[in-house]
Amino acid sequence: MAIDKFLVEASHIMMFARSVGDANPIYHDEEYAEKSEMGGIIAPPTFAQSSAQFDPDYFLRPKVSGDGWFGSGKEATGSKPSSGSGGGGGGAAMGLHAEQHFEYHLPLKAGDVLSATSKPGKSWEKESKRAGTLKFSESVTEYRNQNGDLVITATGVGVQTERAVDS
Amino acid sequence: MLKEKEINIGDIHTATLVEDLKRTQIVQYAGASGDYNPLHTDEIFTTKIAGYPSVFAHGMLSMGLTGTMLTNYVGDGALKKYGVRFTNQVWPGDTLKSTTTITAIKDQDGERVIDLEIVTTNQNDVAVVTGNATAKIES
Repeated sequence: MAIDKFLVEASHIMMFARSVGDANPIYHDEEYAEKSEMGGIIAPPTFAQSSAQFDPDYFLRPKVSGDGWFGSGKEATGSKPSSGSGGGGGGAAMGLHAEQHFEYHLPLKAGDVLSATSKPGKSWEKESKRAGTLKFSESVTEYRNQNGDLVITATGVGVQTERAVDS
Repeated sequence: MLKEKEINIGDIHTATLVEDLKRTQIVQYAGASGDYNPLHTDEIFTTKIAGYPSVFAHGMLSMGLTGTMLTNYVGDGALKKYGVRFTNQVWPGDTLKSTTTITAIKDQDGERVIDLEIVTTNQNDVAVVTGNATAKIES
């Protein structure tokens, strides 16, 4: 995954905070936020995950002029998803999302313009009773702001299972 | 931000994250995060094609809900690190509670910080998210 321009906008932060049940005014009330120690609206700790919106190839989003979508329409499934990047956090391209880690270097603020690059991290295998052989792989994404400063390092761990997980 | 003189190792903070999780909240998260995997929002695809009993929440929704508990406790802009493992799926109708425990109070990179352990459980006391965080405190 590579993202050239991830505009961190106040309305997007508001919607994201609502979706994770967060009513903290630091995420939606400009006046409150400006008077606070943060000096303006900031993003919740897992907001960087929404960089998927700014990844042109993110494959878990129906494309405007794509070759179909695998969710249901008239039939229970559409076409297979086209290949593309799975984003920093895992998703089906990496199998199941097993772990997610964030390191915060600077506050992420409304108005920031981020860019992101990902590289593969460690990989390892483990045997499991619930799903057979598990193949884990890390993806490390660095988010930098408009000044080139590192804001967030995100490490996603995906797991490919030998068979479906018993619940 | 938490103040050092008001906290101790072993302190526990608990919050209910969501009661009777609605499919619509999962849709809200899909729209905000940009992860439109039909496993989370498309009941027909998920039951007939993928073979699950129903749609289920994004792991990152569980992490986001848990993050709300965490920032309400440690304050805005205090987190240095936050990481989780997704240990079980979260389904519509689930009620989630989260608990965080202070495990260390220490110096790190010239700041006073606390280490936290985190566990989020469902209504059957099954852990769905376990994790750790580090947050700045006022000395």
